[in-house]
Amino acid sequence: MQPLTNRAQAVNRAPLTWWERIYLPAIIGGMAITLKHFFKKKPTINYPEKTRPFSPVFRGLHILNRDEQGRENCTACGLCAVACPAEAITMEAAERLPGEEHLYREEKYAARYEINMLRCIFCGLCEEACPKDAIYLSETFAPSDYQRKQFIYAKNDLLIPHPEKEPEAYKKALGNRAGKKRSEIG
Amino acid sequence: MAELNKKISVTIDNITVEVEPGTTILQAARLVGGDVTPPAMCYYSKLEGSGGKCRTCLVEVAAGSTADPRPMPKLVASCRTTVMDGMVVKNITSERVMDARNGVVEFLLINHPLDCPICDQAGECHLQDLSYEHGTAGTRYQFARRTFTREDIGPYIQLHMTRCILCYRCVMVGEQVAEQRVHGVVDRGDHAAISTFISKAIDNDFSGNMIDVCPVGALTDRTFRFKNRVWFTKPMDAHRNCENPKCCGKVTLWMRGEEVYRVTARKDPWGEVQSYDGKPGWICNTCRFEKKKASDWTVEGLTTISRHSVIGANKYEEMVMPQETIQKVMGGLEPRKLMNIHSISDVNDPDITLSELPGPAHSVDFDRANSINNQIPENPGDAERHNKQMINKTQG
Repeated sequence: MQPLTNRAQAVNRAPLTWWERIYLPAIIGGMAITLKHFFKKKPTINYPEKTRPFSPVFRGLHILNRDEQGRENCTACGLCAVACPAEAITMEAAERLPGEEHLYREEKYAARYEINMLRCIFCGLCEEACPKDAIYLSETFAPSDYQRKQFIYAKNDLLIPHPEKEPEAYKKALGNRAGKKRSEIG
Repeated sequence: MAELNKKISVTIDNITVEVEPGTTILQAARLVGGDVTPPAMCYYSKLEGSGGKCRTCLVEVAAGSTADPRPMPKLVASCRTTVMDGMVVKNITSERVMDARNGVVEFLLINHPLDCPICDQAGECHLQDLSYEHGTAGTRYQFARRTFTREDIGPYIQLHMTRCILCYRCVMVGEQVAEQRVHGVVDRGDHAAISTFISKAIDNDFSGNMIDVCPVGALTDRTFRFKNRVWFTKPMDAHRNCENPKCCGKVTLWMRGEEVYRVTARKDPWGEVQSYDGKPGWICNTCRFEKKKASDWTVEGLTTISRHSVIGANKYEEMVMPQETIQKVMGGLEPRKLMNIHSISDVNDPDITLSELPGPAHSVDFDRANSINNQIPENPGDAERHNKQMINKTQG
C-alpha cells in the first residue's frame, strides 16, 4: 500500500544495545522533559473562577428577547420550530387581550414556549429563522444536571431580564449579540 | 354547427394546446400547467364575474390570431381575454411580462402590512408565494400604510382589512354561494374597505367559503385563529353526510394527532375549491365551524401536498412504529419510563384542548389554575365569556 503520509516509519526490530538495556538514561531523559514543563506557562485555567473569552460566533443557551420597553418580541410564528432540525422547540400561541399591551409587542404572542435542551444541537437555525429578533443564542453554556426534567426550558427560563426593571441584568444577558447582524459581530 | 365546435389551437410559451372557443388565456394556460400558468389573485374560475382587477395575470400576446397575426400593443389580463385560433402568447418567456408583474406585486404590497409571522394565512397565502417569486427585498414607498379600525364581523370570520387586496372574491361568494350577502366594499379609493352593512355579523350559511377564496389573510377562520401554524397541522381528506343538500361534505381536516384544528374545502392545484362533476365543492358553515371532532368525519387519508410547499415539512406519509422488544423479552414486563413529558412540559397540555375553544386562546385559557376553577376545558363557551369579563375589567 502506498503510504498516506510521509511520516510512516519502519519498525526497528534490532536487539537492544547495552546502553539501551541499562534503562536509566531513557528514564532520566523522560524525567527531564517532565521537569521542564514545571517552569513553563500553564495552558489551563481555573474554570469556574476564570473563564475564557467566547468566540463571537459561539452558540450557547437560547435567550428570548424583549424590546426596549420590556415587551416580548416573540409572536409564536413557528419559524424557529419548523427550522429546528432536532425538533426541540414547541410553542402555543395566544391572542393579546386589551391591557396586555405592555407585555407583548404584537397581537399574537407565545403563551407557551419550550426548548428541550436534550434535543437541541445548538445549530443556531432558530436564530437565523426568527423574523422578529426574538430568539438568539447567547454566550453561556447550558448547565449540566442529573435529572432530565431540568432540561425542559420554559419561557421563564429563556426570557431576558426586563430592561426597565433590571437594566443591569438585561445588559449582561444581551451581551454583544442581540439586534446585530452576523456580519457586525465579526 | 360543426364549424362552431371546432377546437382552436393556442401557443403559450411555445407549447401548443387545443381548447374550446371562448376559453380564456388563463384557462388554456392551466391546461398546460406548471410555470406557464400566470398567477391569479382576483380571478376565481368558480365565481362568476371574477377577474380583471389585480393585473397579476398579465401576458403578452405576440400574435393575435392566424387571420390577424399582429401583436397586441399592450399586455393583456389573461383571465379576461379569450383565445383566438393561432394566438401566440408569451408569459414567462417575455421580459415585459415579468417586469410588469414585478411592478404589480410592488403595488399590491404597498399597503400590505407583511405581518406574516402573525397571520394565520402564512404558508398557504397566494400573495406570499407571489412576493417570494416577484417581490423585492425592500420597499420604495415612503408614506404611511393605510390603517383601519378593527371591525368585528361575527363569531366565525376574522377580518384584517390592512391585509386586503380588494379582489372582490368574498363579495362574489356572498352573492353567489352564501344565502344572503350582508357585506361588501364600502368607500372608495384608498378608503375602500370590506365591511358589513351597519355592523351586521356574517353568519349566514356558506359564508365560511369566503375564508377559502380569500387569497391573502384578510378573512381568516376565527375558530382556528392563532391556534396553530398551518405547517404544523396535517391535512387529511375527509367527508361526512351533510344534511344540507348544497354542501358537498368533502373537506380537508387540518389535524394534529386526534384534534381537528380547522376544516376547509378541498383545494385544486390552483388554490381554488375543488369541483365534483363540474360543481364546485363549497361546504356549509356547520361542516366548517361546528364539526371539530375526528369522530364527526370519515377520514379518507392524507391530502396530497405539493412537494415544494412548507405544509409538507416534517410530515411522513407512512410511519412504521418500531416494535417494542422489551415487553417480549421480559415476559410482558413494561419498561420503566424515565420521564413523562407532561409532568414538566406545559405545551400540548392534555387538560387544555385548544381546538375546542370557539375563538383564539387567551392568557386565561393557559392559566392552569384558572382553567380548573372555571372548567374551561369542559365548556368552551366559558372561556369566551371569561375573556369578555377580563376585557371589561381591564378597560373599566
